[in-house]
Amino acid sequence: MSSFLVIAVILVYLAVIFYVAYWAEKNSKSRWVNNPYIYTLSLAVYCTAWTYYGSVGLASTSGLKFLTIYLGPIIIIPTWVILMRKIIRISKGNKISTLADFISLRYGNDRFLGALVTFICVLAIVPYISLQLKAISETFNVITKHHISAISILDDTTFYIAILLAIFAAFFGTQHTDASERHKGIITAIALESVIKLVFFLVIGIYVTFYLFNGPSDIYNQASLLPNFKAQQTIDGLNGGFNWFLLSLLSMIAIMLLPRQFQVTVIENEREKYLKKVIWLFPLYLLLFNVFVIFIAWGGNIIFQNQQVDADLFTLLLPLQNNNEFLALLVFLGGFSAAISMVVISSLALATMLSNNLIIPYGFLKRFSKSESAENTESIKNIRRISIFSLIIIAYFFYKSFTLDRSLVSIGLISFVLIAQLAPAFFGGLFWRRGSSKGAKYGMITGFSITVYTLLIPLTIESQSIASSFVNEGLFGINILKPYELFGLQLFEPVTHAFFWSLLFNAIIYSLVSVSKLGSYRERNFAEMFVDSTKYAALQEGAYVWKGEAYVRDIKKVLKRFLGESRTERALNLFYMKYDIDKNIQVADARLVNFSEKLLTGSIGSASARILIASVVKEEEISLTEVLNILDETQKAKESNKELKERDKQKDEFLDTVAHELKTPITSIRALSEILLADDEIDNPTKKKFLTSILNESERVSRLINNILDLEKLATGKEKLDLNEHSIKNTILKSIDPFRQLVVNKGIKIDLNEIDDALVVYDEDRIQQVIVNLLSNAFKFSNEKNGEVKISTNVNHNKVVITVEDNGKGIETDELISIFNKFYQSKDQTLLKPIGSGLGLAISKQIIESHNGKIWAESRIPQGAKLTFTLPLNRN
Amino acid sequence: MKKILIVDDEPNIVMSLEYIFKKEDFQVYIARDGEEAIEIVENTIPDIILLDIMMPNVDGYQVLNYLKSSETLNKIRVIFLSAKNKASDIELGLQLGADKYISKPFAVKNLVKEVKELLNKK
Repeated sequence: MSSFLVIAVILVYLAVIFYVAYWAEKNSKSRWVNNPYIYTLSLAVYCTAWTYYGSVGLASTSGLKFLTIYLGPIIIIPTWVILMRKIIRISKGNKISTLADFISLRYGNDRFLGALVTFICVLAIVPYISLQLKAISETFNVITKHHISAISILDDTTFYIAILLAIFAAFFGTQHTDASERHKGIITAIALESVIKLVFFLVIGIYVTFYLFNGPSDIYNQASLLPNFKAQQTIDGLNGGFNWFLLSLLSMIAIMLLPRQFQVTVIENEREKYLKKVIWLFPLYLLLFNVFVIFIAWGGNIIFQNQQVDADLFTLLLPLQNNNEFLALLVFLGGFSAAISMVVISSLALATMLSNNLIIPYGFLKRFSKSESAENTESIKNIRRISIFSLIIIAYFFYKSFTLDRSLVSIGLISFVLIAQLAPAFFGGLFWRRGSSKGAKYGMITGFSITVYTLLIPLTIESQSIASSFVNEGLFGINILKPYELFGLQLFEPVTHAFFWSLLFNAIIYSLVSVSKLGSYRERNFAEMFVDSTKYAALQEGAYVWKGEAYVRDIKKVLKRFLGESRTERALNLFYMKYDIDKNIQVADARLVNFSEKLLTGSIGSASARILIASVVKEEEISLTEVLNILDETQKAKESNKELKERDKQKDEFLDTVAHELKTPITSIRALSEILLADDEIDNPTKKKFLTSILNESERVSRLINNILDLEKLATGKEKLDLNEHSIKNTILKSIDPFRQLVVNKGIKIDLNEIDDALVVYDEDRIQQVIVNLLSNAFKFSNEKNGEVKISTNVNHNKVVITVEDNGKGIETDELISIFNKFYQSKDQTLLKPIGSGLGLAISKQIIESHNGKIWAESRIPQGAKLTFTLPLNRN
Repeated sequence: MKKILIVDDEPNIVMSLEYIFKKEDFQVYIARDGEEAIEIVENTIPDIILLDIMMPNVDGYQVLNYLKSSETLNKIRVIFLSAKNKASDIELGLQLGADKYISKPFAVKNLVKEVKELLNKK
């Protein structure tokens, strides 16, 4: 195929990608841009050119081993609903913009740690980026049938593609100074590319399986005749099993910690609930991607069996071999998509890391703190743009100047192993309070050194054909220091071997140092916050903990330098509104300090934000747990205050009612007395009637006063109960005595047949008062013509149940509880007001409860009311 | 002869008021709760009503609302006669459209004077 045609196709394709990114950035609110599918597809940036070509290469030489790279993610992704949600929450809450920021913040805004993470990431990922460029270049040569790669850079298409990618990443990646904001343009473009690469790969898979061969079984039958077939398709004993296990573990770490994955999964996450889609859709994507890998590999092995052909390029060579150039172009475009999405996201993530965790905190802070905001935001963006360009250019030159002979897969795995060195600090930091920054640093450095020793150095020696006895005989000829068989361990392949030792030592050093030396108070606070993220999430700005002196004016000045006048004012106004703080207060509180730090973190990274804010703040140590306690106490104080207010209100209402109830009889007394006093002509019967009323009303007043005092005494426990053993039957009979005359007069029948006797401990006067009250209600409300009242007892194993029933109208369901309220009087009383004070049942309830019994009413309309109370029996 | 309606659920208060106003030559009507009051008002439009507030079922406020929403009854003078005597209670009563608010316990002479004054006002 002509190179001009291919270049034209590439340019058109890139134009489409640029346009999609541009459109998404312009329509950033659109549903097309903000949905879980775009998010899930963007995660597929995991599948690079390595997946496209390298998996097939690996499958053709080592059988199913390529699956480990996808097995790890498929196993770990379902746990994301919990695990990734926690990470996303912490990151969003703290405006974290990179993996380095995340780790550095967890260990108390440690500047060095952030820089170390950045260093490791750059070292791991830059060769990986060069590999993508190499893939582009090689496949370009294959499809255009160039056999020698371009000699001069200026003749090399890949160089121009690299520049275009750098422009793309720099343009869409630095739209905001705040790197923790989402890059919707890039992500939408990546999602589109993920669709393209999958579809084209499936197309070639179907082409090979069903067009070149007669389906999977045909390929299998032919392939099984090839030499070594059997050995390739098994796990290969215990050794192989360990390798499988470790490679899966490695890819499990990679899917979470590769800078580009952290970028798309955490930073670019719009809503937590998208994870629910991800946990099934993303594994499905990975599975789909791998369905045809083994068939393409076998197919290639069969067709090219006696030729010297790079197995990595089977995907491309198979259609070319059959003169299907169009299909080959599709494959090329698919691989191209896979490569460029990786390059763009990785360089963006790395550039942010470089600027926020290395360049700004170490080089530019002083300058920034003197310049104006417009200059600063421009410098921050420029640092990132330059970083993106530098990274891609360095990667390009790396690929140019080193003969990267290693297959695509192994270079990819080396960067996985390097990235895995962040795992102990990262996961330890999430789940282990004690993990300290010193532990993290020493662990990482140790793991990194071991990886260099067991993997990077020997591989460099081998691939650059340097003569050295290092690999075969070990350092200084010491056997146990052989880089591929450290301490005599011969179980593993080089990558898994390096991974095993480096991670083991890394984790051991991390734990040992963390256990032996306590971190600073600051990192301990962040440890609390990360490990117990749900508990602290509610505290938000108040979460972190700070005691000291700071002035709003100073903090504002710092903010303005980075955010500009208007953004600072806007942010602070929102903050003041949210917490309802008076704007005129000059002294900043912890919340403002934390809020400002977070505001800056997005722009310049957490370590720098910390340093800048610390420069205007005089800080004292206080631990997070201390703060939690303080907050707890204020919360409790607030609650008890509320309780007090509630009680006050109840008391007010009670007093109001008491006043009203007292005034009513006094009104009658006063009016009637006034009449008697002023009116001399009043006739005798009327006079007598008036005087009787006065007397009754006076009695009512004194009864009311007694009841209120009673209630007060019982409620406050001022009166001790006179507890003695009594016969309940006797007490009931005594209580009935005063009613004998009334009962005879009104013709009410009393049923006493079901009274079981028992000896119970109680205050007899008080219980008598309760029974009298219940009885008087029963008599009052029983049927007027042939009233019947029944009192019965029932002795249980641990209590006596006393019931008073009448045959009146009964109690409405909605009144069953309120009748025990103070001053409650039934809605359905007869027109003549009964003599009650409205306190009888309230007092009875109080008395029974102070005896540890219960009292309740039952609705038995129309049989009548039934009131029951219990007294506990103490058998001992 | 002026017609007065006394609305209260306290028998002794009703008894005293009845005596007082009969003596002042009023035609006295008595209601023991809001419902009864409305019935009486509909049948014999009184000149003035002495209205208690805290009564079972239909209370004084409801009675007043009923009166004020009717074109034939909204001219009837109404005096609230209640033991609720907080400033807020009185304000509420007057806002609802009562002509006077007299707290219990009341002075008989004063009550009679207020009733007469109100009836003489045009």
